[in-house]
Amino acid sequence: MNLGLNTEQTILQDSARKFLQSQCPSSLVRSARSDEAAFPRDLWQGMADMGWMSLIIDESYEGLGGSLSDLAVLLEAMGSACLPAPYFNTVVVSATAVQQSSATGLKESLLPKFAAGELVSTLALIEPGNSYGFDNIQTTATAGINGYVVNGTKLFVEYAQGADYFLTVARTEGDGLLVMMIEASSSGITSTPMPTLDYSKQCEVRFSEVQVASDNVIANGEDAKVLLLRLEQVSAVGKCSEMVGAIQSVLDMTVQYAKDRSQFGQAIGGFQAIQHHCANMAVDVDSARYLTGLATWKVSEGLRAGKEVAMAKSFVSRVAIRVAKLGHQIHGAISFCDEFDMHLFLRKVQASSMAFGDCEFHQEKVAVELGL
Amino acid sequence: MDFSFSEKEQSFYDELNDFLHKELPADWYSKPVIWPHEYAGSPYRDPKDDETRQAFVKKLADKGWLTISWPEEYGGRGYTNIEQAIYDERMSYHLAPASGGISFGIVGPMLLRIGTPEQQASWIPRIASGEISFWLGYSEPNAGSDLGSVGTFARDEGDHFVLNGQKCWSSGAHRADYSWMIVRTDTNARKHQGCSLFIVDNKTPGITMRPVINILGDHSFNEVFMEDAHVPKENLIGEKNKGFYHLMQALDFERISLVGVGTFRRFLEELVEYVKTSQRNGRPLKDVASVRNKLADLATRVEIAYMLFWRTGEMLDRGEEPNVESSALKVMATELARDMAETAMEILGPYGQLTEPSERTPLRALVARGFLESISATIGAGTSEIQRNVIAQRGLGLPRV
Repeated sequence: MNLGLNTEQTILQDSARKFLQSQCPSSLVRSARSDEAAFPRDLWQGMADMGWMSLIIDESYEGLGGSLSDLAVLLEAMGSACLPAPYFNTVVVSATAVQQSSATGLKESLLPKFAAGELVSTLALIEPGNSYGFDNIQTTATAGINGYVVNGTKLFVEYAQGADYFLTVARTEGDGLLVMMIEASSSGITSTPMPTLDYSKQCEVRFSEVQVASDNVIANGEDAKVLLLRLEQVSAVGKCSEMVGAIQSVLDMTVQYAKDRSQFGQAIGGFQAIQHHCANMAVDVDSARYLTGLATWKVSEGLRAGKEVAMAKSFVSRVAIRVAKLGHQIHGAISFCDEFDMHLFLRKVQASSMAFGDCEFHQEKVAVELGL
Repeated sequence: MDFSFSEKEQSFYDELNDFLHKELPADWYSKPVIWPHEYAGSPYRDPKDDETRQAFVKKLADKGWLTISWPEEYGGRGYTNIEQAIYDERMSYHLAPASGGISFGIVGPMLLRIGTPEQQASWIPRIASGEISFWLGYSEPNAGSDLGSVGTFARDEGDHFVLNGQKCWSSGAHRADYSWMIVRTDTNARKHQGCSLFIVDNKTPGITMRPVINILGDHSFNEVFMEDAHVPKENLIGEKNKGFYHLMQALDFERISLVGVGTFRRFLEELVEYVKTSQRNGRPLKDVASVRNKLADLATRVEIAYMLFWRTGEMLDRGEEPNVESSALKVMATELARDMAETAMEILGPYGQLTEPSERTPLRALVARGFLESISATIGAGTSEIQRNVIAQRGLGLPRV
């Protein structure tokens, strides 16, 4: 049992924090809000130069062959910095999906490019009237010559306007699921921004008679279900790591503020009302960290992880918002101002808590895992 | 993070688990009336079960398991703190007698840290064999959360001390042999710097007890009065006037060893089983969405209690003192103990209020007991408020005012 980081992970954490402090200050997060290029490309290139895009890609595809636990270290640092770039969708979701598939040609053509940071890819899953899940997919993939013709509408597609590929889930004629990489440059694709609370450049993406070559199929039928469930686990624990990073920052900022801010002639951190809020935040952050660590470890080791992942995502989704709101409460009025960073974290955890299954979605999964 | 047990830890886990399955009756878990994180302790309804208990404790002692993490020269097995944690978890999960406890979890480890070689030679073997037991002489009528204000005074008479004063909420004092007691030894020093720790024999002339019946109707508490009680000077434990600081360490052990983390998982499993097999108003209880959500929430928090529990063992093995971490464990687990009772009461509806086992009473009337019992969880061994002060001040470095 080792509830800390190993040596390589400590080095990775240290370098990630330093890089993000210098290259991703909150001023960049703010300016990215109106970035017409969808996200800061210089930052993206810098992350690629750090080797972050290749971290979890197999060595045989020019990656570093790191584990999900290694990736969690990076995601936590990114959560702490409210990273305004499509790393999660590109690496954690899309590259993982391609890597998990048995489509050798696709792996050979895409994985080295993912590893080099040359690709941006994003998940196109949720549809009008649906929330997260794979049960009611209406987008169709009809078999045609050399591939499929895709029709449908996807919502909440992050960074769609900067993406090279859409990792898309559709339904085939036999009612099976099909997972594929659709090139964003294909004809018949239109995307419209859907402004959201966390500035993550979400879009509505319409596929109209979009031709997709069979070579771009990641998984089909039963394979697709298995792959999507695995992807759900990886994404859910990844989002937990992001939230842990964000609420650790909230806690650190808040404790510092409680020591510095003086009212009634003393630091407000000396008042028990403030101390107990801070203690509750600290216990929540610790609980979130270890539960996330447990779920990540199980997924990373290929152990049965359904229950732990659902526990982590349901719990962290709820407490992250609780911690962020206490951060606001203790900071008082300044936290309600755009110029102050606290709201960036509130927005981040709000979005992460909804992504890849919210608290209720995962609580129901826990109930099923308990045999109910 | 890596949550796996080492090969040695896993084989101990398996050996202990097999032992518990073999040595305890198959329905043993239904015998002790134990709520998660129970302090009061009135564990058996049937006197025959107490015979089973005594025979079982003897077997544990024979295997050297009562004191597994103690050094071998003191009758222990020299196991790691994670192995101690495995022991505490498995024992409490099976609701096995003698899981944790004051003697093995607090007094023994403290004597090994701060006792003199003579004191260790005198006390440790008798603790290890289960021959003697202790109660904690901490609280007084005017010293609860503010433990540094204890007023019981020990007058130094050279070869002995003379005690005068009163302890209260003394759990199990009437069943134990000795007290692990904090008293004042210097009235001129600042309050935290004038306290000392003693081992005090219950049979000392001048000591009397008055039973105090607790909220459950059980005799668990006592008031204990000391009137010119003579205590030999070799019973002073640790440094004179450093007792408060020694006690802070003892409290860390208490918050870890008394948590009984396995009791949480055991009750959760029983509650889930009840929900799976019960109907309410003509429909399966398990189909009620709010019930499903509540159980999922409890199960998640039980998992977190486990994580915070393993963390204390892992830190001790790394040579660190899990001071703030034991407070985090304590506040989290005890509030879960309360919420578990409330949630179970909500799920059981009117059946939750039944106090005696009957064909109408679900879960052996454990829930009504837990509803009352768990009131003590967030008060004893430092209230939740004190734990939060510890986390905020010692953990986060916020100022003491």
